[in-house]
Amino acid sequence: MNTPTDLLYAKTHEWLRQGKEGSTVGITDYAQSALGDVVFVELPKSGRKVSAGEVVATVESVKAASDIYAPITGEITETNPTLSADPGLINREPYASGWLFRIQADAGKNHALLSASDYSDTLSS
Amino acid sequence: MDTSISSSPLASCHAELGARMINFGGWNLPVEYSGLLLEHQATRQAAGLFDISHMGQIRAQGAGALAALESLLTNDPAKLRMGEGHYTFLTNDQGGVIDDLLLYRLGPEDFLLVVNASRHEEDLRVLRQAQSNRALFQGDPGTKAGMALQGPHAEPILSQLLPAGATCPLRNTLKESKLLGIPATIARTGYTGEDGFEIFASLEDGPKIWRALLEKGKPMGILPCGLGARDSLRLEAGLPLNGQDLSPEITPIEAGLGSFVDLSRPRPFPGRAQLEQTKKNGARRTTIGLVGQPKQAPPRHGYPVFLSGKQIGEITSGVPSPTLGYGVALALITTPAPACGQDLEFEVRGRRVPAKVSSRKFLLKK
Repeated sequence: MNTPTDLLYAKTHEWLRQGKEGSTVGITDYAQSALGDVVFVELPKSGRKVSAGEVVATVESVKAASDIYAPITGEITETNPTLSADPGLINREPYASGWLFRIQADAGKNHALLSASDYSDTLSS
Repeated sequence: MDTSISSSPLASCHAELGARMINFGGWNLPVEYSGLLLEHQATRQAAGLFDISHMGQIRAQGAGALAALESLLTNDPAKLRMGEGHYTFLTNDQGGVIDDLLLYRLGPEDFLLVVNASRHEEDLRVLRQAQSNRALFQGDPGTKAGMALQGPHAEPILSQLLPAGATCPLRNTLKESKLLGIPATIARTGYTGEDGFEIFASLEDGPKIWRALLEKGKPMGILPCGLGARDSLRLEAGLPLNGQDLSPEITPIEAGLGSFVDLSRPRPFPGRAQLEQTKKNGARRTTIGLVGQPKQAPPRHGYPVFLSGKQIGEITSGVPSPTLGYGVALALITTPAPACGQDLEFEVRGRRVPAKVSSRKFLLKK
């Protein structure tokens, strides 16, 4: 499984990339592989305030619908506009064009995300 | 209740193929090999091979076997000719479904029942309880290797394993034959909406037949298929799943399968009076096909269904159809059922999604 070292991870299989315009969130290579071919994505509205651990999106394959959790507390600022036409991007490029949404973290809130190696450890245990 | 997990006799084959395994009704079975969509498409366009070793087999044999089955099953076993099979139900006193099964007649007083893994023990209990001669019904779980070869290329693939000059059984018939010289029971049936076969052999010989079918089928595009594709294929074909579309609280008539309840014969069976009443007066509930739209949230098991804003029932099985590109579902609703083409809605995560009433035969047949 591909687990880039420059990202942070949630135990629930989301990744987070910190950037200037907030943080970008997607699902990991492990998660997309376990889910199978994605056929439908439901994303949160921009401006929605979310708490870490809250269900904010749903990713559906033929097999099942899977909840996606907010990895940190903050406000949703943008969602990936290309996913509704091509949800398979999540399978093909989970860490790039298959991103789900951007979130602006609340100031002063600490997060409990994992490093790539700690996340990989949770997969093998 | 036994909570141990049974391993399939084909487990070594699945390990070689790198299958993702899950616990299904107490059986460790493959859910996916190369990917659900690829497996689904291979079965529709070429061939798919499925492990069905979990399917139970019960043999009803000896004087009184026919009479015993006549007194228990909804479809009339006396109408089966030797070698022929049909779909039938084992019902409770209310006419609800204990199990749906395939019944084959091997001889005048010799029958084979192919039943659901999760109901196998219960079926045996009910059959034996209703019959003083308990020895009539034999067949414990896990005694055979079973596989289903399904798809338009199933016949040319299977033919290559048959003895020279032998032919495949005809639709809805069963025959004892040999594959690679190994004794096997072959029935022309399936759970995908495609032509195909269900094959049963000894635990030791199963893997040899499995590997040979994959090898012979390779040039024709065969893929090993898991439970994931099995579910999407059966639902596209409008076929019910016991435990979702059928249950002890749902009668065959409510499930839209009343044609497998034969009331033309004199002999009673459990729930007959209730089913007769229902056929005469109309059922309180019925099962409809329902189709969603492309790019909309797909229908799933348990979602509520609405007609003109009022809840009329719920989805019993639903899936985004790989063949059609939109969701298809079966829904159990209160009668009177709206006409085909009528607009409906189902509720997904608190939101209403548009759908239409459809025939349960979702696929356009070639």
